Amino acid sequence: MKVLVAVKRVIDYNVKVRVKPDNTGVDLANVKMAMNPFCEIAVEEAVRLKEKGIASEIVVVSIGPKACQEQIRTALALGADRGIHIEADGDVQSLDAAKLLKAVVEKEEPKLVILGKQSIDSDNNQTGQMLAALTGMGQGTFASEVVVDGEKVNVTREVDGGLMTLSLNLPAVVTTDLRLNEPRYASLPNIMKAKKKPLDTMSAADLGVEIASRLTTLKVEAPAGRSAGVKVADVAELVDKLKNEAKVI
Amino acid sequence: MSILVIAEHDNSSLKQATLSVVAAAKAIGGDIDVLVAGENCAAVAEAAAKAEGVAKVLVADNAAYGHFLGENLGELVAEVGKGYSHILSSAGTTGKDFMPRVAALLDVAQVSDIIRVESEDTFVRPIYAGNAIATVKASDSIKVVTVRPTGFDPVAAEGGSASVEQIDVVKDAGLSSFVGEQKAESDRPDLASAGIVISGGRGMQNGDNFKMLEQVADLLGAGIGASRAAVDAGFVPNDMQVGQTGKIVAPQLYIAVGISGAIQHLAGMSDSKVIVAINKDEEAPIFQVADYGLVADLFEAVPQLEEELKKAL
Ligand SMILES: Cc1cc2nc3c(=O)[nH]c(=O)nc-3n(C[C@H](O)[C@H](O)[C@H](O)COP(=O)(O)OP(=O)(O)OC[C@H]3O[C@@H](n4cnc5c(N)ncnc54)[C@H](O)[C@@H]3O)c2cc1C
Ligand SMILES: Cc1cc2nc3c(=O)[nH]c(=O)nc-3n(C[C@H](O)[C@H](O)[C@H](O)COP(=O)(O)OP(=O)(O)OC[C@H]3O[C@@H](n4cnc5c(N)ncnc54)[C@H](O)[C@@H]3O)c2cc1C
Repeated sequence: MKVLVAVKRVIDYNVKVRVKPDNTGVDLANVKMAMNPFCEIAVEEAVRLKEKGIASEIVVVSIGPKACQEQIRTALALGADRGIHIEADGDVQSLDAAKLLKAVVEKEEPKLVILGKQSIDSDNNQTGQMLAALTGMGQGTFASEVVVDGEKVNVTREVDGGLMTLSLNLPAVVTTDLRLNEPRYASLPNIMKAKKKPLDTMSAADLGVEIASRLTTLKVEAPAGRSAGVKVADVAELVDKLKNEAKVI
Repeated sequence: MSILVIAEHDNSSLKQATLSVVAAAKAIGGDIDVLVAGENCAAVAEAAAKAEGVAKVLVADNAAYGHFLGENLGELVAEVGKGYSHILSSAGTTGKDFMPRVAALLDVAQVSDIIRVESEDTFVRPIYAGNAIATVKASDSIKVVTVRPTGFDPVAAEGGSASVEQIDVVKDAGLSSFVGEQKAESDRPDLASAGIVISGGRGMQNGDNFKMLEQVADLLGAGIGASRAAVDAGFVPNDMQVGQTGKIVAPQLYIAVGISGAIQHLAGMSDSKVIVAINKDEEAPIFQVADYGLVADLFEAVPQLEEELKKAL
């Protein structure tokens, strides 16, 4: 079966994020960018399905500026077969990302679509669910285990009270949580090979989707922040402070 | 304006998070209705009717909603909610699952995880793991919003007297079915609403050592949390993870034991009123946010803490 994986280019998770002095956003100039960690997990899961003989082809798609072809190449180096880059320069919000992905789903007709559960920049946690609703597919969100079984897929989800397992009809959408797998690193030969794998570029207009910002960011500020308090000498002093100074116990 | 709040519950009791969502709805202003969707959930509807500020409780009681499947809840809420100006739910894993479906079905954007209401269409939400705080204005006619419960003081659970109305909208998308669940059984307070939380990290070394934290938690009536490293290593179950991609907590007192203080962890607890860090590395970043830091080996400090608390409480 064909698997479609959506990957997003985001600020590297190790980078200390700085708000721009004019409060219009976060400073992304000269900042290291990388594949969203949850998307790495999504790619890894697809590759494992291929290694098990369940997936026949892995198509990876990214929406964004030209630079996000880097993340597509990374996914190709990790084992995806083919890339699709949907060029979009400005702000692509979740609903539009979902509409673009829906258009790709209609063209490619994958049996399984795997996305990250959230991207670590906007922390929205929306795109997969929106895509599922727009395409009329079932969804297994925050997955920690994915087992394909004939025309169904069983997904174990990380939920507030523990774990929950669902059975979904295929085609379906899965969004990944941290413990689904541990992504591999791309080897140098595979990075070289990835350069030759096919990568198609298209625009939102090619897919018949109009990008419309429905959310306007009025300002972005640094959080209030906390300052370091005091060091206590020992446990007795700690308990005394908690009881008599902070009065929280 | 009219606001529909989707109750979070387990078919028998109303989650406190719902009271915080009602508080967010009050901050927006307008009539507030609560939708209770579940199976055999009459007790939840009764509890919701008593919450302060609720005008009407709508109950959709059907097997299709028993396990809160996102596909079914999405269709139900999109249908019931289309007459309202705002649809709100908590940003727990259930709300995160079905709300984007509602937004997509109504062809509107969703504003995720708000911590403040500026006006009926403008909301404040953390992005980049809380390293930036965005003020966002939504232009759609229906606002679909998930609410971070720690951002809003819950309304009173008692005192209201809303009417309760059954609705028989049955949406069974037939796309998914419930197979099973593994609930972490515990008598401890729920992490998200506990007044005190004590969390352990990789420094705990194994799951058995979390018993030390349990003993302290028992004395304090505290909930127990963990860092991602402790969960990944299999010391404790996933629902204990605090952080950007786990649970967000904001207790009166947060005690971090053997946790270095990575930004992703801080994102889940830095709104706590008082933070205590116990770590043997005095350079650990957690000390930069701790009100009280103790540089010590946790295997000595935690048993001592238990002894001192027994004396002090
Ligand atoms: C450089 C840049 C700057 C931006 N600045 C702003 C800003 O200032 N304000 C603002 O509101 N928005 C901004 N955005 C857009 C914002 O990040 C969108 O909300 C986002 O692209 C939509 O995805 P999400 O974060 O909601 O995804 P989520 O729902 O959190 O992501 C879940 C998953 O969806 C998939 N996915 C999401 N987006 C893409 C994509 N583009 N390509 C492929 N797969 C995807 C991935 O698998 C991802 O793991 C910016 C985007 C970029 C690229
Ligand atoms: C996409 C993404 C999402 C993430 N989401 C989360 C999240 O939601 N929550 C989260 O917590 N992390 C998250 N992380 C992981 C995060 O980056 C850190 O790796 C993690 O928080 C580290 O956990 P830790 O502090 O327990 O471990 P470490 O960083 O290894 O720290 C262990 C600490 O214990 C101390 N220690 C060791 N032994 C002792 C002793 N005997 N006595 C006292 N102190 C001792 C050490 O000095 C050290 O400071 C995420 C990462 C990514 C990439």
